[in-house]
Amino acid sequence: MACFLVPATEAIITTVAAKVIQSKEKEESVKLTLPDGSVQEATRIKFSTKLGWLNKLLWGGSALLAFEHLWHGEVVPFFPFLTAVENGETADMLAEMGSAGVMMAVLVTAVWCGMLAVSSFMEKRAIRDCKLVKEGM
Amino acid sequence: MTLLTTVFAAIIATVVWYKGAPQSEMKVGTLCWMYWGASLMWLVDAIFEYAELGAEYFTPAPVDMLNDFYLGLSVAALGLIIWLVILLLKDPKGVVKAALFKKK
Repeated sequence: MACFLVPATEAIITTVAAKVIQSKEKEESVKLTLPDGSVQEATRIKFSTKLGWLNKLLWGGSALLAFEHLWHGEVVPFFPFLTAVENGETADMLAEMGSAGVMMAVLVTAVWCGMLAVSSFMEKRAIRDCKLVKEGM
Repeated sequence: MTLLTTVFAAIIATVVWYKGAPQSEMKVGTLCWMYWGASLMWLVDAIFEYAELGAEYFTPAPVDMLNDFYLGLSVAALGLIIWLVILLLKDPKGVVKAALFKKK
């Protein structure tokens, strides 16, 4: 009916949050000693960049789902834009948004949290490996 | 079927992105995010449908399957169009800019 509106709303919030964080964030760089002994300066991925991943997942998914709703005639290009509202099925629509819509937003956010954990682990491992190389020299 | 089509599109886009990484001149990453986002959302849709229909969910009528596949292909095409628009607007290789401001 209109489940895509929930992740789309989350996308608006996270996009604004990413812009605010980006304006306040500073670049964090670390020095890495590579196996060949050379030292290279690398910058950590900023949190605003990581939040950008969530934005892209939410915006992309919502856009393609909106098309699917248009395909099924659940969204129309004229007021009130939602067929459920036009047919007096607003309560059903809200119930669906509260179940499927919220679950969609939760699943996408959960996957993003998993990606954050993996990237954080990989960053730490890269730094640790470089330190081990330095200690072994 | 729509979920399956989008998942395949997401996998292909990710493989293409990985092949070209770390350079992202073609902005294939955008396509990956879009398809994966839609796949996750359709997965939730599929779970809800499965909860409602049970095993019947896995035996759709051929007409429904064909219609869903048609929708999946259309979604993949829309994703490609959005990606193309973003690519031409961002113009990471400067090709559009060069074509627009060509010296005589």
